[in-house]
Amino acid sequence: MSNEKHHIVPYRVYALVLVALLALTFASIGIVSIELGKYTVAAALIFATIKSFLVLTYFMHLKYDKPYIKAMVAFVFAIFFVVIVITFLDYLYRT
Amino acid sequence: MEQNAHNEHVHYDAEASKIGMWLFIFTELLLFGGLFIVYSVYRFMNQEAFHLAAEELNTTIGAINTVLLLVSSMTIAVSTTTLQLKKKGLTLFLLGITVIIGVVFLVNKYFEWGAKIEHGIWPGSEHLKTAFSQGEILFFGLYYVMTGLHALHIIIGLIIILFAAHRVYKGTVNENRAALLENAGLYWHLVDLIWIFLFPLFYLIH
Repeated sequence: MSNEKHHIVPYRVYALVLVALLALTFASIGIVSIELGKYTVAAALIFATIKSFLVLTYFMHLKYDKPYIKAMVAFVFAIFFVVIVITFLDYLYRT
Repeated sequence: MEQNAHNEHVHYDAEASKIGMWLFIFTELLLFGGLFIVYSVYRFMNQEAFHLAAEELNTTIGAINTVLLLVSSMTIAVSTTTLQLKKKGLTLFLLGITVIIGVVFLVNKYFEWGAKIEHGIWPGSEHLKTAFSQGEILFFGLYYVMTGLHALHIIIGLIIILFAAHRVYKGTVNENRAALLENAGLYWHLVDLIWIFLFPLFYLIH
């Protein structure tokens, strides 16, 4: 039985991440109630992206994982992003 | 130590389990990713209709469900730490809290969908077909499919958490063999992650 232990994440880290996530949630509700026109969607999505980054990094332990797992996750998100960009290049330039 | 000798033969590889779980999560991300692309294209093509239709959704219920899922994500994350610290009772308590919050989320969803259906809004309903534009029909179609698929994931996540909790209770998931609980946690966080994007896209566009 190997004695190699996982990194044990302190409770405090999880509590702080939760506070940050809740603050970002209320901030995103607040920001869409201000009239920002077409930037409203962008603002809401930026908040969602920061929140998902926090969940992936701390709750899903990526911060403490080996680099190749981080690379795999980053690669999948990069592919998804590229697919979105290509889809919209198509729709924006259709005549 | 016959028990230990027996356990030697049971294959256990925490790292392989983790990779397997992540590969599965990638397929889930691409499943929902595809739906998010469908949503964004239809929204791009029907901007006015999507704004109008989103007014029908209750932001408060959406916000409450967001808070619930974030808190439950934290409780299951903490339970992986308490398992490592050999606090079995606390681990089971936290898993219980996570399951209760998941059930409350589903109850909220039930009332939310119920209110829509009472107003005659469901895919293919007469009211939807006669009183709404094509773009609004698309919005509600996507709303039902995406939140429904997400709710299905909540139900599956709850079953996995209960299964992991049972193993923790029996002691076969412990500080040396934590992979099942860690993977249950990863799945639950995935469900949370998807909701983080569903919430602004459906409830926060006014």
